Amino acid sequence: MAAAEPRRVGYLYILPAFLVYGLFLLFPLLHSGWISLFSWDGLTLGTFVGLDNYAALAADVGFLSAFGHVAVLLVFFAVLPVSIGLVLATALSRTRIRGMAFFRTALFLPQVVAMVVVAIAWQRIFAPDGALNDLLRFVGLDGLVTAWLGDSGTALIAVGLVGTWVQTGLAVVLFLGGIGKISTELFDAVRLDGGGVAREFRTVVLPALRAEIGVALTLTVIAALRTFDLVYVMTPQGGPGGSTTVPSYEIYHRAFHSGQVGSAAAIGITLTALAFLITFGITKVTGRDR
Amino acid sequence: MRGFAASLAALSLVLAGCVPGSGSSGQRPAERPAGEVRTDPATMGEVTLTVWDQEVRGGQEKQITALNDAFQRKFPNIRIKRVARSFDDLRSTVKLGLTGADAPDVVQVNNGKQDMGSFVKAGLLQPLDGYATAHKWTERMPDSVLRLAKYPDSGAVLGEGKLYGVAQTGELVGLYYNKEKLAKLGIQAPRTWEEFDAALATAKRAGELPIQFGNLEKSSGTYLFSLAMHRYGKAEEETRLATGRDGVTWNTDANKQAARLVLSWADNGYFPQGFAGIKGDDSWAAFARGEGVFHVSGTWLSADLQAAMGDKAGFQLPPGQTVTGGTGLPFAVSGRSKNPDAAAAYIDFITNSAAMKVLADNGNLPATEADKQAVSGLNKDVFAAWQTASRSAQMVPYLDYATVTAYDVVTGATEQLLAKQLSVEQFLTVLQDDLDKNRGGR
Repeated sequence: MAAAEPRRVGYLYILPAFLVYGLFLLFPLLHSGWISLFSWDGLTLGTFVGLDNYAALAADVGFLSAFGHVAVLLVFFAVLPVSIGLVLATALSRTRIRGMAFFRTALFLPQVVAMVVVAIAWQRIFAPDGALNDLLRFVGLDGLVTAWLGDSGTALIAVGLVGTWVQTGLAVVLFLGGIGKISTELFDAVRLDGGGVAREFRTVVLPALRAEIGVALTLTVIAALRTFDLVYVMTPQGGPGGSTTVPSYEIYHRAFHSGQVGSAAAIGITLTALAFLITFGITKVTGRDR
Repeated sequence: MRGFAASLAALSLVLAGCVPGSGSSGQRPAERPAGEVRTDPATMGEVTLTVWDQEVRGGQEKQITALNDAFQRKFPNIRIKRVARSFDDLRSTVKLGLTGADAPDVVQVNNGKQDMGSFVKAGLLQPLDGYATAHKWTERMPDSVLRLAKYPDSGAVLGEGKLYGVAQTGELVGLYYNKEKLAKLGIQAPRTWEEFDAALATAKRAGELPIQFGNLEKSSGTYLFSLAMHRYGKAEEETRLATGRDGVTWNTDANKQAARLVLSWADNGYFPQGFAGIKGDDSWAAFARGEGVFHVSGTWLSADLQAAMGDKAGFQLPPGQTVTGGTGLPFAVSGRSKNPDAAAAYIDFITNSAAMKVLADNGNLPATEADKQAVSGLNKDVFAAWQTASRSAQMVPYLDYATVTAYDVVTGATEQLLAKQLSVEQFLTVLQDDLDKNRGGR
């Protein structure tokens, strides 16, 4: 059996998938890139402006603050869930728990529920007379009671916490699967050496979960970057004082409401490039031995 | 790099085919002189009319379905293809719809500059002045209603130029009050601003919530600020400001006093705690439950409030009679419609005298002949207020018509004023900057 060159006919096999991919992904992407070179209100004839839309973004306060907000959301959507997920998964895997399947499902449930439903439910929890403030009053922390979504100091954090709630389940389930694949001999070896939980985590769990961490980070980072539904529903109009605008919201607003379609496309392309760069970096770091 | 960019551009050009917007750069639709307009749909032959509307909530859905059915029965030669979308969905898709090859014939278009204004500028809507004469809309509708769908070719100023749409319903932002609470407090519905001040103070002292208010969506804050503007401003001047005429300025004593008044309501504890985080829908629901003596909002709530509160709810114009008001979304005719005569005849049918009765019977506030409808309770207050306001010179348009960005800027700045993020002077400067920026831009 010769390790033959891939025959030309091989390309034929990927053709159907490539056609779909090209039609629904590559073409819209290139088209967006093309539109981003124009000053266009979506109605009248556009004027070609080259890279002016991109240059304007560098000095655009609305755009820059939107990226600042998404940087905060990255912590809540990606860093926190992965960290919490690692701890929870390690803890869950060390003890035999009755009804494990149930808890796994419960933890994963936020991923299954539509984001709009999640947003409306949490909006009620964060309301001035909602569950969170009731809880704070009940435990005597009346000083912390506030209109969470109506205060420019807390709105973004409130949205971020919902992101953490949604994404943690995904991380836990991914990591539990990864830990399940680790040979028990490795854990035994650490224990024979007199190592505790911390050492077990550092020398066995963490290295073994590298690939899963990569997957979890990729998925959660992309979720953070493209956040739209949560902020759109929970904090209408960009939130108090515009404190929860995100790039996707800016795209929506410019394309559909303020008639800056070229600028909207430029943000879209920038966001795509950023997502690509970050996920590329994550794969480089975590995916070496895959 | 340049070579790469060029080849990318060339590739995109091949893929995209053309400059964005080139599909819509057709001729501005010609006006139809009244003499040429055919007004009887029965003589128009087999026609299909595609209608995009946003009459999807309760009473709205009922009235449009009833009117469409009646139209179909009377004119079987015309087939209505109805596309119903929520307000937000319609706003987001109408741009693509009007520029597309398969444009709807009749479409509900928001009056604002960013919607109707920009469509007029792009030549996407059919001017309707000839139809207005032929169908006698100008006789039927007061000018205060018709002018809210008028734009010059530039799309720059609402209220001038040609007519582009006719609305079915009216809207007022007035003062809802809880009659039971007022009686318990021993006060009357306020006829003067001083009585209103006194009513708020009395309510507060008695441990009642004076004004029910939730501003999460930021629109309700603007209703309160407009109400305060009506106290100190002149209707004519407010109208010029709201529509962004030349030479108007935000920085006036009247506007400063208005901003301070709203702030004083907040400082006196006249609003619910955490109002910035309360949804608009939750706030009127709370008012309906008996939390709050007054609620400043639009007549679109009257059907729901009457259902929830029965005879306990009352509605009145602000003291001083100057009031923010307008129309429901006007029905416009697409510039690409192949049957503009049939489209206009349809609009005539859903806005004529018989239609007004159907509207009222289904709990909507009809744009005209509100005084002729048999209604009771809260709706009686609302209909009477509209009849007065729509025929007076004291109906002021919403503040979002001045610039394409006015809605975001005004609602956002009011929210920040109430959050003490902006001083009164800064607040007015933000509004003025928006006005200046748009002037320079055009």
